[in-house]
Amino acid sequence: MSIAMQWHDWLALFGQYMLLSLLSISGAITTVPDMHRYLVAQNGWLTDAQFSSSVAIAQAAPGPNVLFVALMGWNVGLNAGGGIGAGFPAWALGFFGLTVTMVGIMLPSTTLTYFATRWGHRNRTRREVRAFKQGMAPVVVGLLIATGWVLAAGNHAGDAPAWHLWLLSGATALIVWRTRIHLLWLLGAGALLGAVGFV
Amino acid sequence: MHPSPPAAQPQSPRDLFLSFTWLALQGFGGVLAIVQREMVEKKKWLTPEQFLEDWAVAQVMPGPNVINLGLMIGDRYFGLRGALAAVAGMLAIPLVVILALAVLYAHYAGNPQVAAALRGMGAVSGGLIAATGIKLVPQLRKHPLGFAACLAFMALVFVAIVVLKMPLGWVLLVVGGVACVWTWKRIPA
Repeated sequence: MSIAMQWHDWLALFGQYMLLSLLSISGAITTVPDMHRYLVAQNGWLTDAQFSSSVAIAQAAPGPNVLFVALMGWNVGLNAGGGIGAGFPAWALGFFGLTVTMVGIMLPSTTLTYFATRWGHRNRTRREVRAFKQGMAPVVVGLLIATGWVLAAGNHAGDAPAWHLWLLSGATALIVWRTRIHLLWLLGAGALLGAVGFV
Repeated sequence: MHPSPPAAQPQSPRDLFLSFTWLALQGFGGVLAIVQREMVEKKKWLTPEQFLEDWAVAQVMPGPNVINLGLMIGDRYFGLRGALAAVAGMLAIPLVVILALAVLYAHYAGNPQVAAALRGMGAVSGGLIAATGIKLVPQLRKHPLGFAACLAFMALVFVAIVVLKMPLGWVLLVVGGVACVWTWKRIPA
């Protein structure tokens, strides 16, 4: 896939990630639906497959989940440079895109957290601090479930019937909820089921 | 409440950097479980009580939870330098690893089996995240608004995001705002 990115597009991307950074209560993963809306549906900077694979690779790789944001920026840059086959210019833009999205998603939230946790720790018995912590709880839980749903739904592009994928997502949720099995086994099983053509 | 201090602490920002790098590299599909095992059980930099309190705050603040947690732990011992060391440790090497994986993947993306394998993993990761949310539902039984109201807020968020595809900012502002104000009225001063 090849796209044209002007400087104001990069700026808009940076601004969007700065905004999402401040909205990413309970983790960057809860902003996935909004990133999908922005990158795939609204601007067409990433294909559905690139978007899902960015998340899936980050889930499969070691490290914080937020690194999926780096892969999204990387892929936008590659697309802007004419695809990974285009060589050095695409790689350079990939690194640029990665920097734009990672700095965008990290800087506002870490700055805010740095100062707010110092303040919050000194004022942890105050009523408004407790109301914020507790009031956001059901919203955060709803958001996590919605995020899982959007991720599961974004995968349907193969030849296998869609209900196979829903079955796999549902079974995974059930197993993670009910057992303490290492998540790596589940990701491995998902890869295997994909490779043999079940999903 | 004055909880007993942790049994050990990081020696230097470099110690923080290396410890968080090692911790991040063990965390497949998320780092939180590893943070608990390494920081509380092995290194004893945090007591279990501190971990719970820090985690609650890290989760409520915007930004990646484990990054926020690392930031708070680093800040506690070495101020800004410690915070930066912990965050850099968690991101630097894993970023290199993930890029290598992405390039490798792009090389084989034309292979339908590889694409299908990743599709399978995508379906699994959707399930993983939904389950993380489902596991937290029982916690809401103790919520000041009551369990039913919490379920209603959850359903509202789900419909707004999945069905109506509303921007996240509005959902958080409106639904989150109502939930916080209502909670504020319900809890003792």
